[in-house]
Amino acid sequence: MIVPLQHVLILAAILFCLGMICVLIWRSNVIMLLIGIEIMLNAAMLVFVGGANQWGMADGQIFALMIMAMTSAEVSLALAMVVYLHRRRKTVDVDEFRELKD
Amino acid sequence: MEQTLFYILAAVTVIGTILAISEKHPVHAIVYLVTSFFSLAAIFYLLAAPLIAVFEVIIYAGAVMVLFMFVIMMLDLGHPQDARRPGLLHAMPALILADVTLAALLMMLTDHTVPAIVAPVVSVRDFALTLFRQYGVAIEIISMQLLFAVVGALYLGRRRKP
Repeated sequence: MIVPLQHVLILAAILFCLGMICVLIWRSNVIMLLIGIEIMLNAAMLVFVGGANQWGMADGQIFALMIMAMTSAEVSLALAMVVYLHRRRKTVDVDEFRELKD
Repeated sequence: MEQTLFYILAAVTVIGTILAISEKHPVHAIVYLVTSFFSLAAIFYLLAAPLIAVFEVIIYAGAVMVLFMFVIMMLDLGHPQDARRPGLLHAMPALILADVTLAALLMMLTDHTVPAIVAPVVSVRDFALTLFRQYGVAIEIISMQLLFAVVGALYLGRRRKP
């Protein structure tokens, strides 16, 4: 371990809070909201990889890989839905997307 | 040496993320985020996870961010003058909430010290063996999930007859 695990966890906490700020602030743009979710998932991945390095187990890295696969599935579906809703409403404001049916 | 590198990369990651979330122009935000993900990949490499670092660059900085860029350009969203950046009053609850969360996390992290143990380094061989022996079912489920995502994206993206 090159640095104490705490420093890795502090970095992950800072990144997670930045992602949370992004999600909570950018309600006028659904793309920025999805970017905030990406940042939060990256912070979670950093925690898993730091734990894997601390205890010398491969499981943490495998869960980081799972998070990555889950994220790519989530992003592809979410962006398809953004394109669909933009065709309907001509906007990316989250408040306009209260209902999927029009 | 590696320690210094870690702190420099951590600073780059945090600054890149801050610039990304405060940027009005979505394309610039994506570029800042790619920078941040690259330095995060280097951090993963320093934490003895070379495979995750490579996947971070290929999947996150490559595929996912390009997908975002593609959607931004397809929907023609790259007009920063149209973007409504929320005012400070609107942002205040989010900032307070995030600050409280961060303070709680930091307090918890500084209270408990994790003992530094000498653990074996996880090699790529260990990673692959654990992945395909112990977590084979998880791989199947993840591949099913990706298939469902493809089907869902195709369903949502198809052109309807007017």
